[in-house]
Amino acid sequence: MERGHEARAWSANVRRVDHAEASSKFIEAKDHADFHDKRLWDLRKKRDHESVAIPEWEQLRELASAIKEHTLSHLWQYLEEFERNATANGMVVHWARDAAEHNQVVHDILQSHGVTTLVKSKSMLTDECEMRPFLTNRGVEVIETDLGERIQQLDDEPPSHIVVPAVHKLRSDVAEVFSRTIGTDAGNHDVPYLAESQRRHTRPYYLKAQAGMTGANFAVAETGSFVVCTNEGNADLGANVPKLHIASIGIEKLIPKVEHLGVFVRMLSRSALGSPITQMTSHFRAPRPGTELHVVLVDNGRSERLGMADFWTSLKCIRCGACMNTCPVYRRSGGLSYGSTYSGPIGVIIDPTFNLRKYSSLPFASTMNGSCTSVCPVKINIHQQIYKWREVIAERHQLPMVKREAMRLAGKVLASPTLYRAAVEAAAAGIEHLPRALVYNPFNAWGRQREVPSSPPLTFRQWYLKHRASKP
Amino acid sequence: MKVALFVPCYVDAFFPEVGIATLELLERLGCDVDYPLDQTCCGQPMANSGCHADARDTEALFAKNFAGYDHIVTPSGSCAHHVRDQLTAIEQTPAVQQVRRNTHELVTFLHDVLQVYDYPWAEFPHKVGLHIGCATLRGLRAAKTSEIDEPAFNKPARLLGAVKGLELVQPERPDECCGFGGTFSVFEEPVSAKMGYDKVNDHHGAGAQYVVTPDMSCAMHQRGCAERIGLPLKFIHIAQVLNGARA
Repeated sequence: MERGHEARAWSANVRRVDHAEASSKFIEAKDHADFHDKRLWDLRKKRDHESVAIPEWEQLRELASAIKEHTLSHLWQYLEEFERNATANGMVVHWARDAAEHNQVVHDILQSHGVTTLVKSKSMLTDECEMRPFLTNRGVEVIETDLGERIQQLDDEPPSHIVVPAVHKLRSDVAEVFSRTIGTDAGNHDVPYLAESQRRHTRPYYLKAQAGMTGANFAVAETGSFVVCTNEGNADLGANVPKLHIASIGIEKLIPKVEHLGVFVRMLSRSALGSPITQMTSHFRAPRPGTELHVVLVDNGRSERLGMADFWTSLKCIRCGACMNTCPVYRRSGGLSYGSTYSGPIGVIIDPTFNLRKYSSLPFASTMNGSCTSVCPVKINIHQQIYKWREVIAERHQLPMVKREAMRLAGKVLASPTLYRAAVEAAAAGIEHLPRALVYNPFNAWGRQREVPSSPPLTFRQWYLKHRASKP
Repeated sequence: MKVALFVPCYVDAFFPEVGIATLELLERLGCDVDYPLDQTCCGQPMANSGCHADARDTEALFAKNFAGYDHIVTPSGSCAHHVRDQLTAIEQTPAVQQVRRNTHELVTFLHDVLQVYDYPWAEFPHKVGLHIGCATLRGLRAAKTSEIDEPAFNKPARLLGAVKGLELVQPERPDECCGFGGTFSVFEEPVSAKMGYDKVNDHHGAGAQYVVTPDMSCAMHQRGCAERIGLPLKFIHIAQVLNGARA
C-alpha cells in the first residue's frame, strides 16, 4: 500500500518542469518580480564592488579552481584522510551512498539518542535529500533556525535561492506567513519586528532540542575538521547547545589543507552577498567533552557526476549563489520556477544529473549570456555546460516535439539555398505569408508582447542582385 | 584585401540596410568584397537548441560557401561567435578550421584586423546607448565586462568615438543581457519580453534617443519591446553609423 503510494509520487515527480510557464506566473506579480530583480542585482553590484577591492581577485579564482580540481581528481584519498583524522579527533564518520541512506543514517543516530526535536541550520544538502519530511513522518520535530529557511518552512515552500532562501518574498508576505503560523500581527510589516518575533519563537527550541544539525562549507582533510560559514549564528547555537551535533557534508566539500581555506573564505561571502566575510566562520574539529559529533559524508550522485567528462567541474561549486544573482533569467523567474533544490545557472547544470527528463527544460532557461561563468569564484564554465546539456537532451530525445520539429525543418531549409531563399523572401514580404516549412517555427510567441519587424521592399540578396549583379 | 561578406538570415530578410551598410563600409575601407550567393545561415539556431545533427548540413554549406577566403566578415556577433567557437557539428578538416578562424564580427574586424579608428565621414548627432550583444561581449571579448576586474577596453565604443556629434549615454546596467537569446526569445517568451522591457527602459531612462549595436538580432527584439510599450527609442546598426548614416 505504502509502496504503491510512493511509486505514484515518484511517477508524478518525473513530469517535466515547465520553466517558461512557471516564470510567466512569477512575472505576473509585477511588484514581486521587480523587487526580486533589484534585490539580487544589488547583491551582484556589491559583489563587483568587493571583488575589485582585491587586486588579486582573478588570481584567487584561478587558485580556487585549481585546488578544487586537484581535490576532485584525488577525491578518494582526501575523503579517507578526512575520515582518519576526524575519527582520531573523536568524531563519528558515516557514509551515505544516496539520499535515502543519508536520511536513514540521520534517523538512526537520532533514534538511538532518543531525539524527538532537532534544530537545524540551513543546509542545501538536507534539502536535496528531502530529509525534513522523512524525519517529520517518523515523529521527529525538525525546526529550521535560519530566518530565511524558517520562513520557507513555515510557508511549506522549498528555498528559492541557495543563500537567501526567501528572497522572492516581500516583507508583507513574511508578515502574512508569520501571522498565520507564529501569531504575529498581520498588519505589522516592520522587518525588525518580524525578525525578532521569529527569534523569540525559535530560541526555546535550542533548549528543547536533543540534537542540532548543520551542513558544512568546507571539510579539511589534513585536520579532519569542517567549517561552517553563517551570518546569523544559529548554526553555532544548534551545534553547541544540544549534546549531539550531526553535520551532513557532500563529498565535494573536501579541501586538502587548512592553508587552502584562506582562498575560499576570502571569496565565499564576497561572491555571495558582497560582504568581506560571513559574520561567523566556525571550525569544528572535535566534540565538546560529554557530547557527540557525527559527520555524514554524502555521495547522492556526486561520484557519477565526477565521471561525466563534460560536467564534472560543476562539483567545484562552493554554493555562493553569485551565478544566480547575476543571472538575468533567474532574477526574472525566481528560484521556485526551476522546480528543484538547486536553481539558477548552477541548478541548470547539476539538476539534469539527478533526473534528465524532469529537468530537461532547464538548460533552455538561459540566453547563453555567459555572465554566470564570469562571476563564478571557482571558474566553473557554467554557460558552456548549459550549451553541452542542450546537446545531451536533444540526443536523448528529451526535447519537446514542437522544438524538435522546428529544428528539423529549420535544418532542412537552412541547408538548401533554394528553400532558404523562398523562406527569407516570403518572410521579408510579410510574416503572414510564411511558407509551410517555417510554420512549425513558433514565431507567434514573438508577437505576444513584442512588435514584429517590418518588411523591407527587398531582401539584402535581392538588393545585391539588382545593384551589384554586374560585378564580375 | 579580399573579403567575403556573410549576411545572416535575419539581416537578409528584415534589415537589408545593415547588409548594404556593411558592404559599402568595407568597400570604402578598400576591401574587395564578395557576397557568395548561395549563403544561408551558420547553423547557430539548431546547434544552440542542442540539435547538432540538424545543424550539420547548414554548417557544411557555410564552410563550402566561404572556403578559401582570407577574411569572412559578418555584421552579427552571435553568428561570428558560433562559427569561430561552436561550429563543430561537421568534421573539422583544415579547410573548415580555416573558415572558422577567418570569420570575424564586423567591429572586431575593423578594430583588430583593419585597425581603422578614423571615420571622418561619419556624423551622428544623437544621444546613443550602446548595446553589445552577449556573444560579442563575452564570447568575442569585444569589451570589458562589468564582472571581471581588468583594464577597461571597449572596441565598439572606441570606433563610435570617431563619429562626430555622437554622445554615448550610460544605462544603469550596460552589459545586462536584453533577453533575445535566439530561440530563447520564443520558447522562454515571458522572461525574454520582461528582460527586453527592462533593457529598453534602462536605455530610455539614460536619455538615449538611439540604441546603436553590432547585434541586430538583439535590436530586433528590443525594438519590438520598445514599440509595444511606446518608447520613442530608435535602433540602428553600428555599420550604418560608421558608414555615415545621420539618422
